[in-house]
Amino acid sequence: MNSMLDNAEKLRVKDLIVRFYTYEGIVKAVEKANLNLIKGETLGIVGETGSGKSVTALTIMALTPPPGKVEGGSILFQRATGEVVDILKLNEAVLLKIRGKEISMIFQEPNAALDPLYTVGDQIAEALLTHRRAEMLEAARELEAVESRGLWKILKNIPYFRERFKEKLLKKAAHKEIIELLRLMEIPDPERIINAYPHELSGGMQQRIVIAIALACSPAVLLADEPTTNLDVTVQAQILDLIRRLKERFKTSVIYITHDMGVIAELSDRVAVMYAGNVVEVAPTREIFKNPLHPYTKALLDSIPRPGSPFKSIPGIVPNLVNPPSGCRFHPRCSYVMDRCIEGTPPLIEVSKGHYVACFLHGGA
Amino acid sequence: MRLIDSESPRIKELKFIWKRLRSSPLSLAGLAIIIFFTLIAIFAPVLAPPRGGRDPYMMPRFGFSPTPRPPSPEAIFGTTEGQYDLYYGIIWGTRTAYRIGLLVVLASALVGIVIGSIAGYYKGVIDEVLMRITDIFLAFPSLILAMAFVVAFGRSLDSVTLALIIVSWPSYARLIRGEVLKVTAEDFVEAAKAVGCSDFRVIVKHVLPNTIFPLLVMASLDIGSIVLTAAALSFLGLGAPTGYSDWGQIISLSRNWITGAPGNPFAYWHTYIIPGVFLFLFVMGWNLLGDALRDALDPMMRRR
Repeated sequence: MNSMLDNAEKLRVKDLIVRFYTYEGIVKAVEKANLNLIKGETLGIVGETGSGKSVTALTIMALTPPPGKVEGGSILFQRATGEVVDILKLNEAVLLKIRGKEISMIFQEPNAALDPLYTVGDQIAEALLTHRRAEMLEAARELEAVESRGLWKILKNIPYFRERFKEKLLKKAAHKEIIELLRLMEIPDPERIINAYPHELSGGMQQRIVIAIALACSPAVLLADEPTTNLDVTVQAQILDLIRRLKERFKTSVIYITHDMGVIAELSDRVAVMYAGNVVEVAPTREIFKNPLHPYTKALLDSIPRPGSPFKSIPGIVPNLVNPPSGCRFHPRCSYVMDRCIEGTPPLIEVSKGHYVACFLHGGA
Repeated sequence: MRLIDSESPRIKELKFIWKRLRSSPLSLAGLAIIIFFTLIAIFAPVLAPPRGGRDPYMMPRFGFSPTPRPPSPEAIFGTTEGQYDLYYGIIWGTRTAYRIGLLVVLASALVGIVIGSIAGYYKGVIDEVLMRITDIFLAFPSLILAMAFVVAFGRSLDSVTLALIIVSWPSYARLIRGEVLKVTAEDFVEAAKAVGCSDFRVIVKHVLPNTIFPLLVMASLDIGSIVLTAAALSFLGLGAPTGYSDWGQIISLSRNWITGAPGNPFAYWHTYIIPGVFLFLFVMGWNLLGDALRDALDPMMRRR
């Protein structure tokens, strides 16, 4: 292992480079991004559409969407065993054990993230039985005595039906667990919802189901990719509240991706600001709001609409990532631009405790 | 307000499909025809008991005279060239039709599903290679290609079956690939991967069930046309051996008698009209059923 994690760190993304090979050219979606996740915290990642937030999250699960390729960097992750691994160097077999069990993900559109052909119960059971099969078998064994009655008494001695019987017991055992989970998600009448198909539920309900699937195996890290963007504001508040409480209960570290500064203020302990594939500033949430250092962060905070004051937007447009600007990628839109910003890329340096910024205004050689 | 009906959605869906089928007379006709042929195939040994000790698929003969004889009490559909019993041939030919139709469609759908889902799921180079191979098969007229394969394998019903599988899997592969491409773009596939499902599980549990309906429709339409193609091969003398109960073969035997006798063009009508009608009904039955399935399963055409 080329480098280790700090004691308090659960995950560290180091100099991550992700590029997409498209017909128009190479899209440099993520360029030397640096992030770390402390155990038990909620890290917010903010940025505009196309800033590389979602790609970074998917890459953490080694699910970089094609035609994307990881071209450099490492993602160090401390597994449940305490062993520190580089996710980008693991083989698929190990990754299958990590995905959903140690790191899981909530998607932006709950409606699309659920398979329309299976009931809610079946889809949660899939997560449970993929990773907690042994545990479920244990529970199933306890049910065996009760369930061996009638025809099953004879049938379970025939090899084919013994398998069926085992499946039936597993389903029963999982059923109890799923009801419990649905209850935790504050879903009313779980006994009925468990047999519902996704299209029969509202968006908020669907998102709760997606969260239930993500938390079914008590993952150490939860990646939430704009989970409330498509929900209306009251439901959004409920879901945020739910995530906050579940995070305490499951002792999960959360990476919360959003473009909504309000949600960030509400939920996260620390914030990482991404711009055009770079992480430009990382700081505790209070610090970001009180003392933003990077010009982009300042502009972002200024663009939060406030009653009574005119709406401000950031001049210019998000750069084309096939041909990104030289040096600091924000320089064409920056009001403090200097010559060196065009020539060199500012490194992410710590300016005060826990406050990192990548800008020549605040140091950097 | 009840959030969810107490009735299981699966049952509800089946009921809905049944209702759709029932409401259209053409669909019912298709279903009736298929049931009719299925019963004939199942009860062939009762309807036309084979003579002991012979291959039941070989038609019995009433002598060796080449001139067909019209329907009579002992051979109710008459006899064709070589005194083969038409009734017997048609009854047992139903089994042959089913065997070819189902076998070819099942096998080519299976090959198509495997190739198509691998190509559509993994994309890139794998897709490119598999689809170019598919293109090669699609580049030849299927009847000509099938003939070439039958000639290469040797004349028999099994080579016809194999040849038809070889020429019909590419369209299934194409269909499934397209559907898989569409479904893999959906978030729930990504979500299934994020839960820790292996590629195999994602394909089998989440991708294929979401792509299978168009395939069902295509397969049911295909059973009819495959039997027609097999009959064409038989007619050209490339199918089953002479005397085998196979509709194409029977029609082929009537080739010399289609023009009739001098002064009576319809003298031997039974030799081609009867097997022709059965073949026609069989193909039409599957076509009607295929259309009915499409109407019932296609979300764009249904809730109207």
